[in-house]
Amino acid sequence: MSQTNRLSSGGLIDRRKPLSFQYNGKQYQGYEGDTLASALLANGVDIIGRSFKYSRPRGIVAAGAEEPNAVMQIGASEATQIPNVRATQQALYEGLVSSATNGWPNVDFDVMSYVGKIGGKMMPPGFYYKTFMWPQTMWPTYEKYIRKAAGLGRSSTMKDPDQYDTLNHHCDVMIVGAGPTGLAAARAAAATGARVIIADEQEMFGGSLLSSRELINGKPAIDWVRTVVDELSANPDVVMLPRSTVNGYHDHNFVTIHERRADHIGDRAPVGMTRQRMHRVRAHWVVLATGAQERPLVFAHNDVPGVMLASAVTTYIERFGVVPGNELVLMTSNDDAYLTALSWASTGRKVVAVVDSRAKADGDLVKQVIDKGIRVIFGSAVYDVDGGTRVKAARISGLTADGKKLTGKSETLSCDTIASSGGWSPVVHLSCHTGSRPVWDDNIIGFVPGETQQKQLIAGGIRGHYDLLDCLTEGMNCGYVAAERSGYGPVGKRPEYKVARIRRSPAMPLFLVPHLKPISQAPKQFVDLQNDVTSAGIELATREGFESIEHVKRYTAMGFGTDQGKLGNINGMAITAQVLGKSIAETGTTVFRPNYTPITFGAIAGRNCGELFDAKRYSAMQPWHEENGALFEDVGQWKRPWYFPKSGETMQQSLNREVLAVRNSVGILDASTLGKIDIQGKDAREFLARVYTNAWAKLGVGKCRYGLMCKEDGMVFDDGVTSCLAENHFLMTTTTGGAARVLEWLELYHQTEWPELEVYMTSVTDHWATMTISGPNSRKLLAQLTDDIDLDKDTFKFMDWRPGTVAGVPARVFRISFTGELSYEINVSANHGLQVWKKLMEVGKQYDITPYGTETMHVLRAEKGFIIVGQDTDSTLTPYDLGMGWAVAPTKPFSFIGKRGMAREDAVKPNRKQLVGLMAKKPDVVIPEGSQAVANPNQPIPMTMLGHITSSYYSATLGRSIAMGLIRGGLDRMGETVYYPQADGSVIEAEICSPVFYDPKGDRQNV
Amino acid sequence: MEKYSALGLLKHSLSNHENWPRLWHNPTPKKKYDIIIVGGGGHGLATAYYLAKNHGITNVAVLEKGWLGGGNTARNTTIVRSNYLWDESARLYEHALKLWEGLSQDLNYNVMFSQRGVYHLCHTLQDIRDNERLVSANRLNGIDNEMIDAEQLQREIPLLDCSRNTRFPVLGASVQRRAGNARHDAVAWGYARAAAALGVDLIQQCEVVDMVIENGAITGVKTRQHGVIKADRVGCVAAGNSGVLAKMAGFELPVESHPLQALVSEPIKPVLDTVVMSNHVHGYMSQSDKGDLVIGAGIDSWVGYGQRGSYSIIEHTIQAIVEMFPAVSRVRMNRQWGGIVDTCPDACPIITATPVRNLFFNCGWGTGGFKATPGSGHVFAETLALGKAAPLAEPFSMFRFHSGALIDEHGAAAVAH
Repeated sequence: MSQTNRLSSGGLIDRRKPLSFQYNGKQYQGYEGDTLASALLANGVDIIGRSFKYSRPRGIVAAGAEEPNAVMQIGASEATQIPNVRATQQALYEGLVSSATNGWPNVDFDVMSYVGKIGGKMMPPGFYYKTFMWPQTMWPTYEKYIRKAAGLGRSSTMKDPDQYDTLNHHCDVMIVGAGPTGLAAARAAAATGARVIIADEQEMFGGSLLSSRELINGKPAIDWVRTVVDELSANPDVVMLPRSTVNGYHDHNFVTIHERRADHIGDRAPVGMTRQRMHRVRAHWVVLATGAQERPLVFAHNDVPGVMLASAVTTYIERFGVVPGNELVLMTSNDDAYLTALSWASTGRKVVAVVDSRAKADGDLVKQVIDKGIRVIFGSAVYDVDGGTRVKAARISGLTADGKKLTGKSETLSCDTIASSGGWSPVVHLSCHTGSRPVWDDNIIGFVPGETQQKQLIAGGIRGHYDLLDCLTEGMNCGYVAAERSGYGPVGKRPEYKVARIRRSPAMPLFLVPHLKPISQAPKQFVDLQNDVTSAGIELATREGFESIEHVKRYTAMGFGTDQGKLGNINGMAITAQVLGKSIAETGTTVFRPNYTPITFGAIAGRNCGELFDAKRYSAMQPWHEENGALFEDVGQWKRPWYFPKSGETMQQSLNREVLAVRNSVGILDASTLGKIDIQGKDAREFLARVYTNAWAKLGVGKCRYGLMCKEDGMVFDDGVTSCLAENHFLMTTTTGGAARVLEWLELYHQTEWPELEVYMTSVTDHWATMTISGPNSRKLLAQLTDDIDLDKDTFKFMDWRPGTVAGVPARVFRISFTGELSYEINVSANHGLQVWKKLMEVGKQYDITPYGTETMHVLRAEKGFIIVGQDTDSTLTPYDLGMGWAVAPTKPFSFIGKRGMAREDAVKPNRKQLVGLMAKKPDVVIPEGSQAVANPNQPIPMTMLGHITSSYYSATLGRSIAMGLIRGGLDRMGETVYYPQADGSVIEAEICSPVFYDPKGDRQNV
Repeated sequence: MEKYSALGLLKHSLSNHENWPRLWHNPTPKKKYDIIIVGGGGHGLATAYYLAKNHGITNVAVLEKGWLGGGNTARNTTIVRSNYLWDESARLYEHALKLWEGLSQDLNYNVMFSQRGVYHLCHTLQDIRDNERLVSANRLNGIDNEMIDAEQLQREIPLLDCSRNTRFPVLGASVQRRAGNARHDAVAWGYARAAAALGVDLIQQCEVVDMVIENGAITGVKTRQHGVIKADRVGCVAAGNSGVLAKMAGFELPVESHPLQALVSEPIKPVLDTVVMSNHVHGYMSQSDKGDLVIGAGIDSWVGYGQRGSYSIIEHTIQAIVEMFPAVSRVRMNRQWGGIVDTCPDACPIITATPVRNLFFNCGWGTGGFKATPGSGHVFAETLALGKAAPLAEPFSMFRFHSGALIDEHGAAAVAH
């Protein structure tokens, strides 16, 4: 198909660079500089979509972000599919593959449109709330069919091949919009030396000037644009971002910008380039130069392909050299739209008539049109359209001065295009993101930004100022003011702008063109094209009691589409006000929220996907673990060895081997991941006493102590061993997963509650590699690797620590035990970790040293009844509930965190859930963790539950299963039987016992 | 009340829908009511409905400072489930779930309750233990919930990445198949219509600015628009504004008000027919009947009353979603919004008598209030009718924070939904 609607000259496209693209399986041609929409219009494609609810054929209406219909599927391969791309904002590139998102079997002939035609009357707003209720059991079936109609485009089913990234900036002046106002602002601000960022959603800077015939300083406006762009490009303090949408304006002048770096190049980004980028900008001052969007007029059948925005028609002609039809009827309520008639006439195609709702108008543009001999019909309006898949004629009639009624005879004007204009709506969206409500201004017939808390200036179209000279001057002034307020200036000579003023006659507020019939009986007058919201729908909503504008929006779905009501919302609000007999100011607006236009999930996620979703942390000994076949467990951010299977072993066999090695000879555990916090200062000891439940006053240098930490409610929150390194210097250890939150907790208390304490905390987890050797042979092993630490059992006792040298490197050795065996925790600098670990393995060979992982560690500690916070506790247990009252020192002089909480009446009741040991009656049965205990397994549901199994293992040491768990009042119920009903109907019987299953006196760790 | 039906739609279509009755009116408030409910959201409207329907108390007004259902009812992500850990909360939410199951018919308003299932993903061994515990507790409480492994999960949810290649591979999930979604606005409108039909006065644009308290008992409320309106009993159901109302009554509530955000994608063809949540990766997603992917995660950690949140939360949320569902990376986010949630120290609500006689509060639902709407209204109506806590409400007294009888549901509510 040839480009039937393409002019032979004119526009900003490059006719020397033809591009071929695909739409709905057919090949077409366009040019570099085209958007997908302009290329489709050039090729005479009328129908580009089907409406959401009624499946009505739809054509391109607009030329920018406000386009409601041309929502396309883009992508040449499965992995590169992008749903819902607005054709008006997609640059054409060679090989672009696109298709319409709705319509079956195709968009030109859609079976659903017959359903829409026949059933449409049965589908007013909210019809689904009133039906699909009988019988109740059928709703899933009804919904299945409702869901079939859901959505526009489709998601890829594969992983995204592209990458995205994020940049942070600070700047003095952030300018949103690079039309005349924004460019003048940027030029002014940049001249002062301020750091400027200017972003615009379009492919190139220039905004309205890209399709303007006006002169600036005697030259075509586009020349001025090029000059300013060159000037700004040469300034190193200016960041220019075309194809970049400011999607969100957040508190404290934080602005997010979505830059499409490669979407104009091809199906996916070139190698080495990210597809899109989020800029996160913190600006001293923000200048909103976002301009205005044209409001269409609402009349019957205003959705037939060929009905377009007047300014869009101008843009297609002037910027893209495309005339989207042959015979134009222009319907307007203001002077600006007369430009469209002038543009159309200049192409040599026919302007049938300009239909103006005003009784008279004599502005400059009106005069020019009349001078050209074009028929202008005042005091009239297009109230209906003939045609199904393309406009065939406009029906016009006289209109009363208030625009509320038709008068006189109607006339039918044959045409294939109707351009309409109801005036301009300032793009106030961003100004609302930080909570400011826009204000209705009768003078400009539109909403303007309301008061704001932000350091924000507004200029040009967003204020309802549309004259080019005003835009340039206001932009310039705002640029200077923003720069000066950011500390730049003083300003030298200001540039002068000479632009011939266009005299405009007053516009008329007109939001709904009346029909011969009342709203409820007239043919559909569309307000929101994407969601098929009509004036009758709005009227019905108010009739049913939905009178708040938010109710109207929600009941009708107005503004809920991917265009978020840019085209239709103001008309909808005005129509709501009209049917309620209120003013627009009283009715107000709904709230505009981010995003201004939709942005890619991948771009928001940036680099933080896949491998980089969250940091992976490994200990210094990781290479050894991997070489030796460890399986890993995620604990917090850490990858910890879970166990070390040997070939042919089941998991249980590996665990048994590792457990017995520790009990009988020596095992080695990588304990580097435990959180380590270095605490110093003259009040460090006092601080510890306040955050731990037990006493710290007397812990001497060289000694270690176990401590429990509670929150204010008295419930256990973390635990660990803290050692006294020097009088004012301690090393605290925390659980692996809790390290960060414990440090935050300590800092919170220090900074907000006890700032008077002199104490300093530093995370040193990563500084140290920690290896625990545990088992009866551990002392012998260590003795072979150190010659400056006295390992004598009476001088280096259990719960002591010593500095010294291990395997030739400086070390801290802690004699503490989480297995119940004689154990030493050797800490060396992380850089030496691997070397010392290898040495231990080498020397340990004679004792058959066995590496073990977290799972074996869990079994070993459970044999001893040692808790794991987070597994055996759940933030509902006091130290007393855990049988660990010995770790609470209620007589400490200063109250510790949680003291009062754990003393509350319900926290000290005898019948609380308490941690006990449990032995299944059948020793080979391992009770599933999480199982809930009951006293009587035969009671009806809901059963009375006593508590649950927190830890459960097979113990190779004991040759039977063991478990720890909570039982209501369990500490006083030793020897009693409880039952664990399972999902399969079976019941496991178990006896309550002490949680210390092995070596109850603790002899083995003290040897 | 005119009964809604397909036949009714047909009938009204013949008269161009010109004769549909109003769902509710705008009555002028009376001087005095038996019971005033402050807050016209889902919970407040449900309370009014059950007061009228179950207790025969129809001299009731609901005072709403904005528009009906305009607070968190209009801002949540519509998830309904009852798989809570502790007996007290499990009973309350299961009571609500049972009411959901017949709600459209009861109200003669289609609230589109769809039991499409809710999955809780497990990424760590501790996640597995926690979910085994939850499933076991639910089963013995008579609430459906089951564990499935990663392979079955992958079969049931093709869009979810259950491979081992992710940062935190999915090890399994618990799934409550009776859980699902409902249409949030419809819940408020359905209750409002049914309550109005039973004689309840729904008074919008009516802001309570003070409480009238005499001799330790409430006798009415002072409103900005209509002066003092008297009542024998007052129930406050005002979500994020509860703290403000309590202050008027002279006491403090143990709640903090935080912004909570949610977001939706553009509408796309159906790819996800259920609700998937992950506490560990920290995000959740479902797909609406319109095709939007509905997404949420955590609260902003600071307190505030601005109904918007900070962008960093959105980033983390989307990162989690792309991690779980890498195929949606090229789909685009359409819109974000925020509401104010009042959170309690134990992540459970407060349904309570107060230090002021005849004044009752229903608040503190945190991030999970929508799912409880029918149960909350039902139980609070009973509380207001009795003049003391209904049996299901007893454990949720505000005085539990003094006694220490907390119901810690942080595990169940770790991802804010």
